[in-house]
Amino acid sequence: MSEKNRSLEPRIEEFKSAKEGDIPRSVEELSPEEWERLKEVGIEPQAQREGEFIQTDARVVHCKSLPEGLELLPVTEALKKYDGLEEYWWKAVPADKDQYTKATDEDLDDGYFIRVLPGYKLVYPVQTCLYIRTPGVVQKVHNIIIVEEGAELNLITSCTTHPHVRSGFHIGVSEFYVKKNARLTFTMIHYWGEETHVRPRTGIIVEEGGTYISTYVTLHQVATVQAMPNCRLIGPGAKATFGSVVAAPQGSYLDLGARVSLEAPETRAEIISRSVSYGGESIARGHLIGKAPEIKAHLECQGLMLSDEGAIKAIPQLDAHYANVDMSHEAAVGKVAQEEIEYLMARGLSEEEATSLIVQGFLSVRIEGLPQTLQERIDRAIELAREGL
Amino acid sequence: MRKEPLLEIRDLWVEVEGKEVLKGVSLTIPKGETHALFGRNGSGKTTLLMTIMGFPMYRVRHGQILFKGEDITTLPPFERARRGIGIMFQRPPTIRGVKLREMLKLCAKENGVKIEELAREFGFEAFLERDVNRGFSGGELKKSELLQLLIQDPDLVLLDEPESGVDMENIQVVGRMIRKLLQKDTHRPRTKSGLIITHTGFILQYVPADLGYVMMDGTIYCEGNPQEIFEGIQKHGYEECLQCLRRIEA
Repeated sequence: MSEKNRSLEPRIEEFKSAKEGDIPRSVEELSPEEWERLKEVGIEPQAQREGEFIQTDARVVHCKSLPEGLELLPVTEALKKYDGLEEYWWKAVPADKDQYTKATDEDLDDGYFIRVLPGYKLVYPVQTCLYIRTPGVVQKVHNIIIVEEGAELNLITSCTTHPHVRSGFHIGVSEFYVKKNARLTFTMIHYWGEETHVRPRTGIIVEEGGTYISTYVTLHQVATVQAMPNCRLIGPGAKATFGSVVAAPQGSYLDLGARVSLEAPETRAEIISRSVSYGGESIARGHLIGKAPEIKAHLECQGLMLSDEGAIKAIPQLDAHYANVDMSHEAAVGKVAQEEIEYLMARGLSEEEATSLIVQGFLSVRIEGLPQTLQERIDRAIELAREGL
Repeated sequence: MRKEPLLEIRDLWVEVEGKEVLKGVSLTIPKGETHALFGRNGSGKTTLLMTIMGFPMYRVRHGQILFKGEDITTLPPFERARRGIGIMFQRPPTIRGVKLREMLKLCAKENGVKIEELAREFGFEAFLERDVNRGFSGGELKKSELLQLLIQDPDLVLLDEPESGVDMENIQVVGRMIRKLLQKDTHRPRTKSGLIITHTGFILQYVPADLGYVMMDGTIYCEGNPQEIFEGIQKHGYEECLQCLRRIEA
């Protein structure tokens, strides 16, 4: 695998500002071809949603919020409206974390601000989309998501590039605040151009009794993605689950994981990762830190190698600081079982069909607590990508 | 009048992991007939079924397999499945993340068989939403296999100890499913054929066989009335077969 040949640290200077992009005024200007791509990541104009947000390069081209109890704004507007969002801005992710957060702090393109008011439980998902339309730009996004006490939100973020754009750079800072007894499920589906670099920088703070469930899906070739969301469970009984569904085609370098710090008694965390390599490199990290007694945390990494090229590296880490903790991990990497392939062949599937069905099954991990609609979206994404698997 | 042969095996020699397991097996299954295969563990019965299905681990060193008159000796399993051969696995693997319903749809190959209806007929509809074979009991595995076969609707069904691990309650359902698969309840001329491996002979109460074979050390020792052969084995064990006058000289 050509780790050595690949630019793992993309340089921001080598990309144009997203503000110089060829940005339409509204979504009506997008071509049918672009809509096809957006549909593939789940942006469907007819779907039932509580709110919708689409940012193209540096500009918010669509922002619509229906129900009472939901605030959805371009983050630049929210900053004005709420006096710089002092309580939340760079509070879950440090501004000086790395060169990418620094660059975003210095020159922000935009992003979304979502707030669900206390006690409001939104039924349908809120859909956001970060879209790179112009080749060779760096898109710097900063999102703030607040789910107030006792509220519930299902958020889907779909990120993609124009079907003809191969290279680009997406930096996405996201700060999530899950208040007391609130619940947030966050599903992120990526479908980038082949030479795109992606650096999500995510911080999550979950208060007492709050629940955060995150699912990340990437199934298409992308140059590099490096992400390690940092989640702090600061109140008793807070819970976090991270699931990732990853396919690494040739040419992809994916370094993905999650870190959960369990800082209050009776907090729970689970990290589940499924990755398939068919020529690309996938690193599955997980880091669980037990900083309080009576916590429970589990980490599971499973990998399928479909070729002798590429690599899968499972890197689990558990840190315990108290005696009374229950922390575990399991990791397994292997190939598709011949027995399963032959079984399906005996039912009339060719070897290729059998393998792709097994891979699809392997990736369709069930994340506990994930709403059915989101699970269906993930299953659909896997199904769409299956031909390539 | 001789019935039209569906499967013909001619002097089949098969090697598994460098070891000769089948040493010159010949048999013919006519269209519409069910044949039973008896024999000790390790005599080569399962190898014969797996070779008919075409799994690569079973290397044909010599001989021929003809199905519907076509030489299929070198075809991969899915080509044989598509031509109308189906197999029931003794220990089928779990296919994680794939729902039984999805698998059945793939087996159906647009033949119009109603998945829902069939599952309900055999009290198995609750399993359609479960991962294929995941956490299934012995009886449930058999039902899952037979449901897949009923939907695949093959002309030749290979059954490897269909009754093993099935409790008394479920054996009737399993029996009914096999009867349906082999058209045992139809009055019209049957078109479906079967080859059944059985240790206990129990399944023959539900699915009568037209001909029985005894396999020993990779060859077919004798053939005849399956009920008589089975009773003989029950009384005298396989030792008797060694002296049997009906032995077919290789």
